Amino acid sequence: MTDKIKIENVDLYYGEFQALKNINMNIKENEITAFIGPSGCGKSTLLKSLNRMNDLIEGVKITGRMLLDDVDIYRHMDPTILRKRVGMVFQKPNPFPMSIYENVAYGPKTHGVKSKDKLDEIVEESLRLAAMWDEVKDRLKKSALGLSGGQQQRLCIARAFSVNPEVILLDEPTSALDPISTMKIEDLLVEIKKKYTIAIVTHNMQQATRISDKTAFFLNGEIVEFDDTEKLFSMPKNKKTEDYITGRFG
Amino acid sequence: MYTNINNLKQRKVKSILLKSFIWFCGILTVGILIYILLFILLRGIPKINLEFLFGEYNSETLSAFSSIVATIQMILLSLTVSVPIGVFCAIYLAEYAKRGNRAVKVIRLAIDTLAGIPSIVYGLFGMIFFVNILGFRASVLSGICTISIMILPVIISSSEEAIKSVPDTYREGSLGLGATRLRTVFRIVLPTATPGILAGIILAIGRIVGETAALIFTGGTNVLKNPTFNLLSSQRTLAIHMYMLAGEGLPHSRDMAFATGAILILIVFSVNYAATKLAGRIGRLR
Repeated sequence: MTDKIKIENVDLYYGEFQALKNINMNIKENEITAFIGPSGCGKSTLLKSLNRMNDLIEGVKITGRMLLDDVDIYRHMDPTILRKRVGMVFQKPNPFPMSIYENVAYGPKTHGVKSKDKLDEIVEESLRLAAMWDEVKDRLKKSALGLSGGQQQRLCIARAFSVNPEVILLDEPTSALDPISTMKIEDLLVEIKKKYTIAIVTHNMQQATRISDKTAFFLNGEIVEFDDTEKLFSMPKNKKTEDYITGRFG
Repeated sequence: MYTNINNLKQRKVKSILLKSFIWFCGILTVGILIYILLFILLRGIPKINLEFLFGEYNSETLSAFSSIVATIQMILLSLTVSVPIGVFCAIYLAEYAKRGNRAVKVIRLAIDTLAGIPSIVYGLFGMIFFVNILGFRASVLSGICTISIMILPVIISSSEEAIKSVPDTYREGSLGLGATRLRTVFRIVLPTATPGILAGIILAIGRIVGETAALIFTGGTNVLKNPTFNLLSSQRTLAIHMYMLAGEGLPHSRDMAFATGAILILIVFSVNYAATKLAGRIGRLR
């Protein structure tokens, strides 16, 4: 499988504080790559820098290169185009205060889709992909804020699908959800990886073992170990990784 | 057990006292409000008649018709000037200005200062600048210009608050889909902030309707036989009409001042009601 994203010698600073130290890794197409590690280890920071959501924070400085299909996303790509290609699902469900339909239609409208038929089609397709079409098809005009937390998060995933991205980044998407909703989302991710490239930050190591193909273990802004999930969890090469996954710290 | 019975009793008495005090304050406030409302409405409403509402002005009718029109004119036109400027200024301050920017500090200081200036000072400024220097004379136009400046700080600060209270997660969601900053502001942030912005506009309307000092200097106190939309004519709004009538000295002018007050109250009441309904409707659409 080809490398969708290449990260080369990336350092990232929040003002004086160095949050990422010399990160090198490749994320493969049609795989789920999990980022694990204790709080503040830089995993979310790295995820967010993959679609330049860090641009919004003042005082962020990035050196090194990040390539999407071999194009440098910080030097040769417009952030709005990058974010269309690399979608994001956030830790807390954040549907817009609009109807379910409008939530999903917002993305395609942003990118110039005007025809009602086309929008209807995209909305249905995206909701189906997020496995919630049957739940909401009769209440598309109702406010998205009336959905349960789990449904809201799946709606956000549907919203991310709506602009037809190539990569989907998920920042602890299930940390605020109950086990059943979590399971639904995990099943969904495994189902859709045939079509997409997925990177997920998770605090939950079981989740990483259940769904991911590759896992990266972060500590203090560095990647300690990056390997096939199976290998990393069964025979970690690094002592720190072993300590973390066996629950000795973190 | 640590709690002894006496202590418990004492606490109960305290809590009853405190509760009664809270009730007393609440009832007192509402009571005063209701008393004032009834005082004016009971005296005013019986005096309102068709002649007074829609008739020609003379010393018999003391009609408020032209003042009603002037007031509505003043509200609509000043809002037309200051709402766009105020909301866009708020967008700049809340969304685009960098923190710690010196220009922003100056703007904030100016807004806070402007908000605290007594309205008669605006009136004096309006008289010198719009009436004399720009030559608008004492007219509705001068009044609108002055009032627009006067309500600008109210609209800017309430809009800025409303925009700031829109959760960042909405902005992230929108930007994360590849929307530009501008689209995010207009499609996501502003619609979400609308109820808050409306609240600011209601406050502003309250100030326009109740304004006398600034308008006497700029819009004049002229009363017309029949309403006109001529912006260059001097006209009095309802509040000024009331003020003038109260000092007129005609046998029935005091009564008619109450009638004017009653109309003012009814206007403010209906504006508030309409705005609440509007905000509710916008809220429901979500």
